[in-house]
Amino acid sequence: MLHTRRRFVMAAAAGMAGLMTAGAGAEEYRGTASVDLPMTNGRRPLVAYPQKQPMIVQSNRPPILETPFSVFDKSDITPNDYFFVRWHEAGIPMEVDLSTFRLNVHGLVKNALTLTVDQLQKEFEPVEIVAVDQCSGNSRGLFLPRVPGGEWANGGMGNARWKGVRLKDVLAKAGIASGAKQMSYHGLDHGVLPATPRFRKALDIEMVMGHPDMLIAYEMNGEPLPLLNGFPIRLIVPGWFATYWVKMLADIEIIDHIDNNFWMATAYRIPDTPGGSVAPTQTGFKTIPINRMVVRSFITNIEDGAFISGLAAGTGGAVGVSVRGIAFDGGSGIKKVEFSADGGQTWSDATLGTDLGKYSFRRWTATWTARVGSGTHTLACRATANDGQQQGFTTAWNPGGYLKNNIELYKVSV
Amino acid sequence: MMRAAGLGFALLLVAGAALGASAQTKLPNKVSIQIPPPERTFGPGPNQNVVMANCLVCHNADYPYNQGPMTRAQWTAEVNKMRGAYKANISDADVPKIVDYLMTINGKP
Repeated sequence: MLHTRRRFVMAAAAGMAGLMTAGAGAEEYRGTASVDLPMTNGRRPLVAYPQKQPMIVQSNRPPILETPFSVFDKSDITPNDYFFVRWHEAGIPMEVDLSTFRLNVHGLVKNALTLTVDQLQKEFEPVEIVAVDQCSGNSRGLFLPRVPGGEWANGGMGNARWKGVRLKDVLAKAGIASGAKQMSYHGLDHGVLPATPRFRKALDIEMVMGHPDMLIAYEMNGEPLPLLNGFPIRLIVPGWFATYWVKMLADIEIIDHIDNNFWMATAYRIPDTPGGSVAPTQTGFKTIPINRMVVRSFITNIEDGAFISGLAAGTGGAVGVSVRGIAFDGGSGIKKVEFSADGGQTWSDATLGTDLGKYSFRRWTATWTARVGSGTHTLACRATANDGQQQGFTTAWNPGGYLKNNIELYKVSV
Repeated sequence: MMRAAGLGFALLLVAGAALGASAQTKLPNKVSIQIPPPERTFGPGPNQNVVMANCLVCHNADYPYNQGPMTRAQWTAEVNKMRGAYKANISDADVPKIVDYLMTINGKP
């Protein structure tokens, strides 16, 4: 078994700098456990919320919980009790009762529907799909220069087996009327103040009627959804960022215009530039709603800054070190993952693991032949998707903190 | 009620088999949870009471502490975003007071 010891110098230094700038207002954690994410002001409490294991608390109210990254090494599927949580507004029902819960489908439809979850389960064909759910702002806290928002490290994502019914089947039952342009939808959550714009998202009718894999899911990894992940139902938009995966989905309205509400017209927008990138000083650029995810890959069993000990050297002091990781993209599937032990100067193909579908995490493994006592090395991984997208050394920068997908570098010592 | 649900479940098992999909999970009729109290609160600083009266209406102290240190202009923009985008009832007079506090806990020149 490979032993890695967290050499926390970099992370701790960043955390200390953060605490020092915090000065007189240094926060209290009330004695709870905490972790230091590798960013200034990166200290976070580590707490078990209802139906959850101890997770990185990005925010208590509204609840935002990040998955500790080591979880991604344990299986291709992220367990429900470790699955990340992100709500926008604190008006979240803490109790959901199926006897009163309804999904309403209305607007430009031939027959408005009011469905119980039981009806969804009985009246439509059940479908299962494995898909990555990733927050639009995942890794935002690692942006340089920093941008304001939810300051995630890389754990604002998860991969689950979703079961539910096809969105297009439900919409077909309602019957889309002519002139329909978008599906505008929201969950049970709302702002604390009545004037706060309710979290509402919208997708084009062509997309929702043409996408065979968009689901209204009532099951996650064979179990009901945890309340914080959207019990009883949520929208699954495979390949697209999680902002569209509305939880506690309660209302679908078919509209004859482009939804212009705050959450579409102002928030969750990316620059309409190559790669969604702009210079930090740039202003006045055109923006579009965020959409498909970009290709990413990570090493899951070795942390940046690790000292790998306990290696039994063979002939000539060389030893094979197993390296494991995950890769995913916006729904074309992973074609190739490459591994480098010299910071990306030379690459070799990694071995791809079980294919759980084009929307899923794809496991990969590689063997690094290291020499015990040879000092510091920079490990790296690079994924290529079936649509031709490949990770590069640079990544998008934009004021929303979206689309980070650079080749990850892991400095390790042996 | 229970009997009807049980019957529905049995029928679904049959339907599921015909479709080649697995059986439907019986969902609990009701799920309720309680979020733990905040682990983190606004520490001492100038106008702490103004901050607590305004900011805690919608969110706890985590967000301001988690941001990278920001300038006075950046913090002012954040407070104005709370007013403009999220419609927080923050008075004109309270904006600079809140910004003073934020600069103390997490500001940069």
